[in-house]
Amino acid sequence: MCMLTIRRVTKKYLPLIKSLQTGLLVVTGLAGYMSARCPVHNIPTVLGLSASLLLSISGSTVLNMWYDRDIDAIMPRTSKRPLSTGEIEPGKALIIGLVFSLIGVSWALALDLLYGIVIFAGLFFDVVVYTIWLKRRTAWSIIWGGIAGGMPVLAGRLLGLGQIDWVGIALALGVLFWIPTHILTFSIRYHADYQKARVPTFPSTYSFQTTRLIIAISSILATLAFGVAGYGVGLTWGFLRLLAVLSAGLFILAVKSLTSPSERLTFGLFKYASLYMLSTMLLMFLTGM
Amino acid sequence: MKKISVLDRILLLLTVLMAAYQISYGLNGLSVLPAWSYTIGFGILLVAGLLLIILGFEGLESQIVVILSTLIPLSISLGLVAEHIPQYTLPYFIFAALGFGAVAFTRFAAEGKIATIVLAVVHGFAGILITILPLILSLNGFVSTGYLLVGLGGALIGAGGLLLAFLKTGKPILPRDTILSVLPVLLLLMTAAYLAGFILK
Repeated sequence: MCMLTIRRVTKKYLPLIKSLQTGLLVVTGLAGYMSARCPVHNIPTVLGLSASLLLSISGSTVLNMWYDRDIDAIMPRTSKRPLSTGEIEPGKALIIGLVFSLIGVSWALALDLLYGIVIFAGLFFDVVVYTIWLKRRTAWSIIWGGIAGGMPVLAGRLLGLGQIDWVGIALALGVLFWIPTHILTFSIRYHADYQKARVPTFPSTYSFQTTRLIIAISSILATLAFGVAGYGVGLTWGFLRLLAVLSAGLFILAVKSLTSPSERLTFGLFKYASLYMLSTMLLMFLTGM
Repeated sequence: MKKISVLDRILLLLTVLMAAYQISYGLNGLSVLPAWSYTIGFGILLVAGLLLIILGFEGLESQIVVILSTLIPLSISLGLVAEHIPQYTLPYFIFAALGFGAVAFTRFAAEGKIATIVLAVVHGFAGILITILPLILSLNGFVSTGYLLVGLGGALIGAGGLLLAFLKTGKPILPRDTILSVLPVLLLLMTAAYLAGFILK
């Protein structure tokens, strides 16, 4: 009976935190921590890092979803989300988002003051600057979404080192430049949805071709930033070679998408970009072990 | 076109992981040219495997497949030459560069028959070299018997590359669906053979 209830509640509320996206961001934080050559068996810190990241990222995601519930209901892709369908009351979601965020940031501050500040900055940029202030006003809002996305890896590394260094910034820049590859391919694929909800995107503000050009440029910048970060982290030559291969794949796909655009290729680029990020973070993680 | 199955995806994932292992750990101790030559060959296998997993066999529709599938045996054979018979590195490098250029050029600029002949010569020579060189090295005691597996991998790479390349030229050696059915197994076997050969060297 109890298990059934837990399963039912989990099934109902889990979509609020976009588990795949949140999971990927938590992985970047852990990779940032491990890149500082911190022992993975440092259980209390690793647990604290994982939990504070999970809670604060989940909290900001819930708050985003709470704020965007009106446009989510308009867009076919997001119209089945629990807040859009009315399955979860907005008030409840707001409380969950605030509680998760509060506990996550407090835990982060308790672990390390600077780490907590960076985590809070990520949450602030994501919820206030990106979602509430800019998302409905300008297509360039994704830059702030990107900065927020780069905070977990920066925070993870600084927790390991005790300070912000150029490698952490390069890692964060890698994520920042990777975000357009990820999000803009999405905005091309679901262009009609965003149009319907009147959310400004690069394809609607500029053109599909310009958007593809930006994707190609940001992919190159992301691979360069991760390459520099990988060198700074001290990846072995073998791992650097593997990173170069994965980066070349992303670059070729982005250029191909520019020269021979198709929906299939856009989808492929979107998926490959996710795998690229996961693989890159795994390499950083393995280096620290 | 044949739909990619779950089993195909699993086989391709194993191929990707083995190629990643080879690039990360299997080339340690080699000098720059062989290491990067092998990296290009296995790197193309890795990225191609990932794209097939993501896009399905429709990913093979791109014209670039012919050029990339030629680059696999060319780069691996160049790695073998640079590693084992370095005195021939420069002439073979020139052959590989010219051969690659010729395949790329005829693919877009020449008639179908000329493009096919160029492809067969360049691809075939590189494939034979990958197969024969490990055999000669092994028979002469320069490497262990296990290195013969590199030759087997080379033969499979050559065969797989030719199947793909000729499929894209519009003159498939086997029916299209048969090629697509065996492709994931072939990619896995060739990568496994090469990996095992390197480990047993």
